[in-house]
Amino acid sequence: MGRSRISRWTVAIPLIWLLLFLAAPFVMVFLISLSEVRLAMPPYAPFIEWVADSWRWNLDADNYLFIWQDGLYFEAFSYSLKVAAIATLCCLLVGYPMAYAIAQAPERWRSWLLLAIILPFWTSFLLRVYAWIGLLKTDGLINQALLALGVITSPLQLLYTDFAVLIGIVYSYLPFMILPLYANLERHDRLLLEAAADLGASTWTRFWRITLPLSRPGVVAGCLLVFIPAAGEFVIPSLLGRSDQLMIGRVLADEFFANRDWPVAGAVAMILLIVLLLPMVGFQKSIQRQSEDGV
Amino acid sequence: MSLSECVKIESLSKHFAETVAVSDVSLSVGRGEIFCLLGGSGCGKTTLLRMLAGFERPTAGRILIDGMDMADVPPNRRPVNLMFQSYALFPHMSVFQNVAFGLEQERVSRTEIDRRVREMLDAVKLEGLAGRKPQQLSGGQRQRVALARALVKRPKLLLLDEPLGALDKKLREHTQFELVALQRQLGITFVVVTHDQQEAMSLATRIGVMNQGRIVQVGTPDEIYESPATRFVADFIGSVNIFEGHIGNSGEGGLIAHCGALQIPLPSRVAMPDGTRLALALRPEKIRLQRQSDTGAQVGQRGTVEEVGYLGESSHYRVRLDDGTPLRVDVVNHRRDASQRIQRAERVTLTWSADDLIVLTD
Amino acid sequence: MSRRGYGSLAAGRFSRFMLVLGFLFLYLPIISLIIFSFNYSRLVTVWDSANSPSLRWYQELLNNEALLGAAWLSVQVAALTATLAVVLGTLAAFALLRAGPLRSRALLSAMIGAPLVMPEIITGLSLLLLFVTLEQWLGWPAGRGMLTIVIAHATLAMAYVAVVVQSRLASFDRSLEEAALDLGATPTTVFWRITLPLMWPALLSGWLLAFTLSWDDVVIAQFVAGPNASTLPMWVFSKLRLGVSPEINALATLVILFVALVLGCGTWLSRRRERQVQRPVST
Repeated sequence: MGRSRISRWTVAIPLIWLLLFLAAPFVMVFLISLSEVRLAMPPYAPFIEWVADSWRWNLDADNYLFIWQDGLYFEAFSYSLKVAAIATLCCLLVGYPMAYAIAQAPERWRSWLLLAIILPFWTSFLLRVYAWIGLLKTDGLINQALLALGVITSPLQLLYTDFAVLIGIVYSYLPFMILPLYANLERHDRLLLEAAADLGASTWTRFWRITLPLSRPGVVAGCLLVFIPAAGEFVIPSLLGRSDQLMIGRVLADEFFANRDWPVAGAVAMILLIVLLLPMVGFQKSIQRQSEDGV
Repeated sequence: MSLSECVKIESLSKHFAETVAVSDVSLSVGRGEIFCLLGGSGCGKTTLLRMLAGFERPTAGRILIDGMDMADVPPNRRPVNLMFQSYALFPHMSVFQNVAFGLEQERVSRTEIDRRVREMLDAVKLEGLAGRKPQQLSGGQRQRVALARALVKRPKLLLLDEPLGALDKKLREHTQFELVALQRQLGITFVVVTHDQQEAMSLATRIGVMNQGRIVQVGTPDEIYESPATRFVADFIGSVNIFEGHIGNSGEGGLIAHCGALQIPLPSRVAMPDGTRLALALRPEKIRLQRQSDTGAQVGQRGTVEEVGYLGESSHYRVRLDDGTPLRVDVVNHRRDASQRIQRAERVTLTWSADDLIVLTD
Repeated sequence: MSRRGYGSLAAGRFSRFMLVLGFLFLYLPIISLIIFSFNYSRLVTVWDSANSPSLRWYQELLNNEALLGAAWLSVQVAALTATLAVVLGTLAAFALLRAGPLRSRALLSAMIGAPLVMPEIITGLSLLLLFVTLEQWLGWPAGRGMLTIVIAHATLAMAYVAVVVQSRLASFDRSLEEAALDLGATPTTVFWRITLPLMWPALLSGWLLAFTLSWDDVVIAQFVAGPNASTLPMWVFSKLRLGVSPEINALATLVILFVALVLGCGTWLSRRRERQVQRPVST
């Protein structure tokens, strides 16, 4: 029947696309990460070579060993994860009350407030980071304002610091925290809060015992949406960060573009992926548990 | 096959993975009938309807419409239209476009479409609303658009899934009569699915009661109500008092059923051997209730009124007989004076005609 | 019923306060960006009150060939990406919810989520490695440029489109399609006259989302663009590495203005349509 032929293509087209441009590249990265660097184009050894009358595989874990032994990579990894974790926490602390306030706002205001959250997200990401350069520079607006107010006598070094990177990440990813939180909080049944109040719970207790536990999926989703891209971030640290303190994304890009060491870059990518996969698996588990609890 | 037969269903079954939705149903519906499939939720009535429309493939059995086997006919080629429970009006089309949609599929000329749609909208009294979108209509108006959309194709058979379910009570009664009038006027066979027994009783020429995927009884509303074939049917339709017992020593007049301490004379047409287990069903409105002080003679069962539910046009009584059996009795309040009515805790006598007893042996 | 019930007293006041602060945090940088785009001075943050406000940087912007070329490439890439991603993402959404053998569906659903959670840098790196290898083995794609950027962006964006379309499709009332079928429409007619028109808003927002993703991306483009192609974000990024430039303030202002206009109109239109639909019935 014609219908089932259509439905077969409906699956096949996106499936083939993803196999070709998502799965295959992965396999490539993995294989190259096991290869070794060569001065050639492409700059890595063939995976399999005809050497002295026999096929020889050119694949080993040397790159991983190298990364493990070189302190630079470990430091970059832990620094990235630390920055991403702190930025995620900041986003949560700022974003939760904002999402809550929007969910509480009168119906006709909500779509406009939400629009106001999304609007900066739709303007270019780079341009938003750029705005902060203007604010944080030594002769930037923040220093100008502080000097004018007499809080400081000489300008502070704000740009090219960890603080600047943190601000940049929080600023860029705040909407990713707010949107899933809002989507969750907006669905909460207000009668639950009224029932809790009727049973004698104070405002704080109601928030702590009702709203917060029910919003857990939103919190987890928001945190993942901020944490994962933040950990792999490379534009923000290269524009706002110290040149000596490297985040892993920048290390990867440098390995790739500057050193042309594709195998090591590939190995860094594989490790980053595995590190980031762990929280995802945790999220899946927590979702499963929630649905088993019938929440 | 008789000429006046519109639908014939032969041992039809439908299984979904583990569950059996419809099991070995055979049925025939005559031309011009309003046939109601009545049953609780999950009894298989909707699945049966969807098989008639062609949305579900039967696991076994076959469906004939006007003598044609429907096995390989897709829904869009069947001479059947369905009015969906949710109405399924296309939200992006106006009332007119909704009704015209079916005719456009038949490649009818534009002027013909225009004429027939107007005619149909007139018939369901929606003339002025042709340009509206479904979201701008009230529930009753939407229902009529859905009806018009299904009828304008002049199907041999119209299927209606809970046609009045989404309407409020007042509107439902009104629409019910309109629906019957329209059906008579167009002469199209209706198969209606409903869980509402009142709706089924007032619409149908015949009712098929379904339970757990099977048709348990087919009959006119009167047959279904007054002569239910099984205890399920008796219980499902209306309310009923059930006495369990067995045939005892026959008295002079006829058979007697022993139900606990009660001795109940059976209708004279019943003929069964002694000791047969049976159940007697008795409709609450068939029982006559009198104050004991008003009846001198020693006839009928005695009891005490435990609860009275006053409903305006009638009252429901819960009476406990002296042997402990509870009974429900419905009495029409044909007098205004409240003092005439029997009150709680009064001693009463209950009488009924033996012919009003329904004898069930299932 | 009033929305102000329990729970909106202390918690509400605090959260509203945070909302105001948050909006200040989100908008002050953008506003300063816009204000200083009218500054005459080359020093971005020092207001030259003698010659400002001026449109000097807007003029320079329009005379910058490299920038205009990059912007034109970005528009083309984004439009192609969005169109391709809508086709692929919609097919994927339909496949996931409605059709296909179970095993390939499971494979598809496992893969479609990956671009959403993968750092862009990994997506970019892996695609570049693939393109290089393919070129070496098959001679295709010959060199890197617009085609490779579009492929890379579409792979990322189709995942987002699939999410948007899937959520609309999941709430799609299938009895509408059955009703059309019941009224004699063929499956093809049902798709064109019922399914597609009703899915249209989701497809449109998927298209816009994909367009923005592509328009905004610098990381993936950096990897797969090759030496000869430069998208607008790539141009901006290379410029920013050298330091601030008032031209970019002007560019940012234009972009923000455009986006605000499009989003504002969109929201206003959709709200007006909702209101029309909910207009009270007079009978």
